[in-house]
Amino acid sequence: MLEIRNLHASVDGNEILKGITLKVNKGEVHAIMGPNGSGKSTLAKVVAGHPSYEATAGEVLYEGRNLLEMSPDERAREGVFMAFQYPIEVPGVSNAQFLRLAYNEKRKHLGEEELDPLEFKDLLKERAKIVEMDASFMSRSVNEGFSGGEKKRNEILQMAVLEPKLAILDETDSGLDIDALRVVANGVNQLRNPDNAVVLVTHYQRLLNYIVPDYVHVLAAGRIAREGGKELALELEAKGYDWLKTAGAESRSNSIAG
Amino acid sequence: MSQLVTQENKYQSAFRDLRQSTNMRRQRWFDRLRENAMSRFGELGIPTVDQEDWKYTNLASLARVDFDPVVVSTRATIPVETIEQYSYPESANSRLVLVNGILQKDLSSLENANEIVVMDLVDAVADDRYGDLIREHLARGAVHETSGLVALNTAMITSGAFVFVPRGIALKAPLHILCLSDSDGPEVATFPRILIVAEENSSATVIESYGGRHDSQYFTNAIVEVVVKDAARLEHYRVQRETSKAFHIATTSIELGRQSTYDATAINLGGQLARHEINLVMNEEGAECWLDGLYITGSGQHTDTHSMIDHRQPHCTSRQLYKGILEGSSRAVFNGKIFVRHGAQKTDAMQTNKNLLLSPEARVDTKPQLEIFADDVKCAHGAAVGQIAEEELFYLETRGIHPDLGRNLLTYGFAEEVIGKIKVESIKAQLDEAVLNRLNTRLEA
Repeated sequence: MLEIRNLHASVDGNEILKGITLKVNKGEVHAIMGPNGSGKSTLAKVVAGHPSYEATAGEVLYEGRNLLEMSPDERAREGVFMAFQYPIEVPGVSNAQFLRLAYNEKRKHLGEEELDPLEFKDLLKERAKIVEMDASFMSRSVNEGFSGGEKKRNEILQMAVLEPKLAILDETDSGLDIDALRVVANGVNQLRNPDNAVVLVTHYQRLLNYIVPDYVHVLAAGRIAREGGKELALELEAKGYDWLKTAGAESRSNSIAG
Repeated sequence: MSQLVTQENKYQSAFRDLRQSTNMRRQRWFDRLRENAMSRFGELGIPTVDQEDWKYTNLASLARVDFDPVVVSTRATIPVETIEQYSYPESANSRLVLVNGILQKDLSSLENANEIVVMDLVDAVADDRYGDLIREHLARGAVHETSGLVALNTAMITSGAFVFVPRGIALKAPLHILCLSDSDGPEVATFPRILIVAEENSSATVIESYGGRHDSQYFTNAIVEVVVKDAARLEHYRVQRETSKAFHIATTSIELGRQSTYDATAINLGGQLARHEINLVMNEEGAECWLDGLYITGSGQHTDTHSMIDHRQPHCTSRQLYKGILEGSSRAVFNGKIFVRHGAQKTDAMQTNKNLLLSPEARVDTKPQLEIFADDVKCAHGAAVGQIAEEELFYLETRGIHPDLGRNLLTYGFAEEVIGKIKVESIKAQLDEAVLNRLNTRLEA
């Protein structure tokens, strides 16, 4: 579904990603971990198409197509979704209005009939259950005045409505208390299926107790320092990230040697 | 001081016609008012950019046009579609129509406004029941001694509207006063004049709106004077949708009584050059007012709001929120003064002007001002000029929303703070459409 080959990316001329190679197949859950500044959020933003992040080398293929040539909105309509670490507030536009607009934009793109407000209301009611969200959130402005946990839940609600093929959750666990974390993780688990894929970008192992990854990739200084199964996350939890600094150096020398 | 003498001659000859007509020689005080106003206009003329208050709004292009002032009462024939285009269903049977400033009984429909008095202002002057009341309030808020265009309008009062909400009456349907300009021939100057008196403990909603039948050049010089007496409540909407070549210069003056409430929303959409002056005086204790506004300008348009809120007595509250959306090479001016007079303790005043520039050629001059002469008050003001935030737009794009649609959605969200509080549904719907019409975005949900 997603194939990243030797991706280099920069922000304001500073190279953050220095050759990432990663393959995500449908039905899989991948975790991207790493210390602050390792480039994991940058990777998420490059895949989503943030205008400030420039891919300087390498390629990103999504269902065999060059993702980097697609605009962010086109990527989204094709099924790429990113849950934001800091969801944006959109004052004056209600959650229901916003979601219906986004939903119908996707339907139109796929050549399907748009849903009218009543039909959409039913759909929204169903999907809101996935993240245990009260109907009162639907008439409120998007994320405005939401608590940190409510914003994250709202991101997963958007995911539930838009049904992406590839969902990248950027630090969705940050700032969540244990109850909210459980709700969010439950939501994501309900939305998993053999035809979609989830990429969890996270600093902590905690989330992975709830959403169990098939693969864990550890980033350090813009490169993949370690890769493995879910047990790698536990190892990180026990050892922290410091030891990666040396490991990162090793992997660098390996790649030079190779 | 005055611009283009030939122009004033045309206004002066119109005034001579007026003097000959039966419109004059009714009430001596009223004739004298108009004579004084005319001679004051002769002295002051049309304002120029040399005057501080007109620094950013240049009327040279207005002064250059040889407008035909409309001072003779005429019966207008307006197609139903034009009336409908500017109508609000909530006021279908409480609608008063002025064409070129002249009240049109045939086009008006007032069945749902029979608890209140709605009549031609000049007829009311001569009416024993209302003459004294009008004499007390007319030309008191809108002062012609200091403003050439207020003087001109005052001199040219030949019809207009008098609205009187008697003590204790609660008007259910909103009263709509539609001011239309109609001329497919010469370029007309029109002088709508409206006096609204809401007596003690009354409540009413008034919609005042402006539009044109033809997309020709014309000049609307309007004045609305509002008196809200003790414990009365007035909700006032002003919707300016003049056609694209129009000049629109208007003054609203408001006087608030004890414990009265005045809730106004001014929407400025039309005209090539529009200026709205608001003078609000809180003359008694405990009054509350909201003065909100939204202006949306496209290429070539210029819109200017000058407001003055005068806290003269203690325990009054004022809230002002003006938002502007500027596209293309348009320009907006906001100048808001709040005076808190000596002794006006416990004043609570807040003023905000926010502008969204959608184009690098758009320009706004904003100047909120506070002058406080009391020491126990709560006052705040602020102004902001910004653009669509890239992060917000990106967020919408990652949800599959095209950037053009996203920009529109964020613009809509920006305007919603003002639109959202409008209680007349059809005005709200009209504005939603005005903001979203460039893309066929429908947001009902």
